[in-house]
Amino acid sequence: MNDMTPTREQRTAALEGMGCKRKRVEDIRFTQGKGNYVDDVKLPGMLHGDFVRSPHAHARVKAIKADEALKVPGVLAVITAETLKTVNLAWMPTLAGDVQMVLADGKVLFQNQEVAFVVATDRYAADDGINKVEVEYEPLPPLIDPFKAMDHNAPVLREDLADKTTGAHGPRKHHNHIFEWTVGDKDLTDAAFRKAEVTIKEMISYHRTHPSPLETCQCVCSFDKVKGELTIWGTFQAPHVIRTVVSLIAKLPEQKIHVIAPDIGGGFGNKVGAYPGYICAAVASIVTGKPVKWVEDRIENLTATSFARDYHMTTEVAATKEGKVTGLRVHVLADHGAFDACADPSKWPAGFFNIVTGSYDFPTAHLVVDGVYTNKAPGGVAYRCSFRVTEAAYCIERAMDILAQKLGMDPAELRLKNFIKPEQFPYHSALGWEYDSGDYHTAMRKMMETTDYAALRKEQASRRAAFKRGETREIMGLGVSFFTEIVGAGPSKNCDILGIAMFDSCEIRMHPTGAGIARMGTKSQGQGHETTWAQIIATEIGIPADNIQVEEGNTDTAPYGLGTYGSRSTPVAGAAIAMAARKIKAKAQMIAAYKLEVHEDDLEFDIDGFRVKGLPEKFMSMKDICWAAYNSVPPGMEPGLEAVSYYDPPNMTYPFGAYLCVMDIDVDTGVYKVRRFYALDDCGTRINPMIIEGQVHGGLTEAFAIAMGQEIRYDDTGNVVTGSFMDFFMPTAVETPHWETDFTVTPSPHHPIGAKGVGESPNVGGVPAFSNAVNDAFSFLGSTHIQMPHDFWRNWKAAKNLGAVA
Amino acid sequence: MIPGPFSYHRPASLADAVKLLADLGDDARPLAGGHSLVPMMKLRLATPAHLVDLHDVADLKGIRHYGSTIVIGAMTTQHELLVSGEIRQSLPILQEAAALIADPQVRYRGTIGGNVANGDPGNDMPALMMVLGANFRLSGPGGEREVAASEFYQGAYFTALEPGEILTSISIPVPPAGHGYAYEKLKRKVGDYATAAAAVVLTMAGGKVATCAIGLTNLHETPLLATDAANAVIGTSLDAATLKQAAAAAEAIMAPAADTRGPVEYRKHVGGIMVMRALQRAAGRAV
Ligand SMILES: Cc1cc2nc3c(=O)[nH]c(=O)nc-3n(C[C@H](O)[C@H](O)[C@H](O)COP(=O)(O)OP(=O)(O)OC[C@H]3O[C@@H](n4cnc5c(N)ncnc54)[C@H](O)[C@@H]3O)c2cc1C
Repeated sequence: MNDMTPTREQRTAALEGMGCKRKRVEDIRFTQGKGNYVDDVKLPGMLHGDFVRSPHAHARVKAIKADEALKVPGVLAVITAETLKTVNLAWMPTLAGDVQMVLADGKVLFQNQEVAFVVATDRYAADDGINKVEVEYEPLPPLIDPFKAMDHNAPVLREDLADKTTGAHGPRKHHNHIFEWTVGDKDLTDAAFRKAEVTIKEMISYHRTHPSPLETCQCVCSFDKVKGELTIWGTFQAPHVIRTVVSLIAKLPEQKIHVIAPDIGGGFGNKVGAYPGYICAAVASIVTGKPVKWVEDRIENLTATSFARDYHMTTEVAATKEGKVTGLRVHVLADHGAFDACADPSKWPAGFFNIVTGSYDFPTAHLVVDGVYTNKAPGGVAYRCSFRVTEAAYCIERAMDILAQKLGMDPAELRLKNFIKPEQFPYHSALGWEYDSGDYHTAMRKMMETTDYAALRKEQASRRAAFKRGETREIMGLGVSFFTEIVGAGPSKNCDILGIAMFDSCEIRMHPTGAGIARMGTKSQGQGHETTWAQIIATEIGIPADNIQVEEGNTDTAPYGLGTYGSRSTPVAGAAIAMAARKIKAKAQMIAAYKLEVHEDDLEFDIDGFRVKGLPEKFMSMKDICWAAYNSVPPGMEPGLEAVSYYDPPNMTYPFGAYLCVMDIDVDTGVYKVRRFYALDDCGTRINPMIIEGQVHGGLTEAFAIAMGQEIRYDDTGNVVTGSFMDFFMPTAVETPHWETDFTVTPSPHHPIGAKGVGESPNVGGVPAFSNAVNDAFSFLGSTHIQMPHDFWRNWKAAKNLGAVA
Repeated sequence: MIPGPFSYHRPASLADAVKLLADLGDDARPLAGGHSLVPMMKLRLATPAHLVDLHDVADLKGIRHYGSTIVIGAMTTQHELLVSGEIRQSLPILQEAAALIADPQVRYRGTIGGNVANGDPGNDMPALMMVLGANFRLSGPGGEREVAASEFYQGAYFTALEPGEILTSISIPVPPAGHGYAYEKLKRKVGDYATAAAAVVLTMAGGKVATCAIGLTNLHETPLLATDAANAVIGTSLDAATLKQAAAAAEAIMAPAADTRGPVEYRKHVGGIMVMRALQRAAGRAV
């Protein structure tokens, strides 16, 4: 060997494989304004569509007059429910087994509901047209408060369901009831509560908010009359699902539908479902024979496309005097708005909310979720969380703090006392999940040591004393949160969407020069898949990540997959990528054995090629193997080097983390300052630490926003009062706290590379950390639970209610 | 969020601008930085048929010092106020307030003239103008006139501007050397209008307040001068009881609307807090 021979470290580094802080390759185009988003798609003769929307939350639509609108120069058509009925598309199925109006059919059920679709030669003309469509409404009493939805005199919202006593998820108890979902052992749980030495009960609300991606929902639909083919460019987190849904509802053959999700400017769950805009643009294109673009504006996005949360969780915990939990009982009132358009796996009306036992060893638990209709926008999407996991984590993490307060115990100590122990994994929870792995005590202790938690508690005690002496008007709170997520939907035994199992896929095709292309069924919306997917392949097959091009989002070329949401990409597609790479590697090994004239079993993989065991100089690089695959494969073997894998995960993955928020609140104004935020995440094997850190920063920023002010709020008559970024709290860099990140590594035992999801953990774990900090700050003044969001005026109100301000 | 149709005009002189506005009548609106008008047009809350852009009117630009008065051209941007040495020297409160308006992008375009002419109770400059005793010079088909800032605001979006009139400049008497000043603004985030804000300009003599003016932003449908509150602090050393009295006197004239920033009760309460904090900070700066 001469001096130029690279060392093993250099060879490994050259791959930029797993564990490398590889720079995001997609950022080259994003930071130069060279991304290609849906709104960048401009086709010859393209028309523009826009919606007439309802000003009322609940009203009968008596008449829609389009004559004046059709006189506006450039306006070509006004589509209403009557038009859509001719193609049987006035209503569409939702992912939750409900149906939803595409355009108002006799009635409107929420403010800003789509009433008519105006098609024009440009966006300005379309908007001028909208203002000329006359709609005659007869207002009806609106139902806004979910707690009144099942009153006997509550207005009937869904006349289409009025006499249906059964819905997609079983019996309906009331005309505004959607489903009841129960999990767990009621009798055992009731018994645990009867025997309990200590119990707590609190109604913990997680308010309605919205994923609000930077890029709103949009599409361009182009129908080719000659070929009978429909091409749709859209902001889709799950392009294949969209293709199948369009095929089923539009009765078009699936091979004649081409769905393309180009670059996407954030999704966060907002871009999983199907919206009236997509259907209307497609119908308009079929009717006019021209491409039709629909681009939602910010107000439309916030007020009409899928919201998140709106869970009202009455939570009870039973425990011993020493603080050992013995039972959990939760009743959730879930406000779904006017249609159940929740984006959950089909059999899970409340998503995976039954992860609500959290990180704790509850011997028994019982959960009931009631879904109801109200006059609000439909949705219930997983805003940067696995289905309803954020709500569950918030519920249990608040409850643990409330229990600690009742017991006079430190909240961190209470958690340590009740954690599932490392030796209990795989752990079967009382509500039916099998946690794959975890080491909660280590993570929690690391958090407590790094932040010097004990010293912070001491400081808090002295600051509280100073407040009581009147020396300061600031109170200090410590928000502890320890979350367990459940991500990676999912195993076909329990997860499907409209009957399609929730596997995911990867196809890798190596080229002769040692480069390759890999395609997946997932779709990045900013997560950096082009970077990380190539890193997995690099490590698995020993080809530099830079030589692997990653392509997603085109249903014609990508293998079928269920898309990207719920932190499922790494747990499911990440596994498919490793499995496809291993198939490539297995074939490469046969080729290398042939070329090196040894038996396959005499070869070992060594970073970037195969080596003959015991003969280090007999080596063939993967690059050379790729070349050989195209000219000198062993007799009987097909040439080429490619592989496909469809991965049906055996289980979910269970990332976890320990967070701490240190907050100061000025009681006179309610203004808070986040002094410190520490986030320890365990997502198993870490593919790209820099991307993980970026994901944690982004998720924490969203969690901060949600907990501290971000909400979709309605007034009593059903007007949205937070319909723009002036009022819907979207923090800027100035408001965003500084984030300290840390980690432990507990690989998933069943995942091929041991990875779990991480993108959503910080949103899931962050919200309770902020809320617990606020609640902890106020607790010494006598409060047990203050509802989110904790914006300035509500903090002041809390202080006032507790007698801390005059 | 797409505006209706309109025609765009760009006169090169004040006379042309005044004439255009007179000829085009009620359907025309002057356009300055556009950062209040254009968002309203996008929501179709404003639907002017004609926009008369004032950017080419050279006479409307610049900051000049005439004796004991500073004259600021209406088309001076917030950014220009922030980087002006003249303003830093003579009217530092304008810089403190301008830095709390929106974000750099808005401040590069948004003008002081547009800010004071707009008549939105959320605008920050009007209360300062009242506290500083500013006069607005207006030019219209009937010639030129001056209106005191304290007489200018009549209601939300209603000002003393007659149809066709253009605000050309603002004259501000330079406060005495050694004056104390502060603008305290509570807002939810960068880019938000005030939940409550208070402007204070005062002078101190022998440890006691000698003169004082207090202005309030977004606590009523117009900006307010809190005269009783200011009188309450004159001759005092701003002890705790006096501060409370001033806050109470200021709260007595506030009538904010309830909105997502908080209920009326909260906005008035923090309005009082802003008054106390601004007084303390201004006094700390006075020499
Ligand atoms: C995100 C955002 C946040 C903001 N936050 C704040 C804030 O916190 N505080 C604040 O004070 N402002 C805020 N603003 C408003 C901003 O300061 C505007 O720039 C300002 O209110 C108007 O100035 P302009 O030059 O943009 O005027 P324009 O928008 O062009 O005009 C406003 C109105 O004044 C009229 N007008 C303008 N110039 C003249 C003139 N010379 N003579 C007669 N009439 C005239 C116009 O016809 C129009 O009616 C914000 C704006 C945005 C977009």
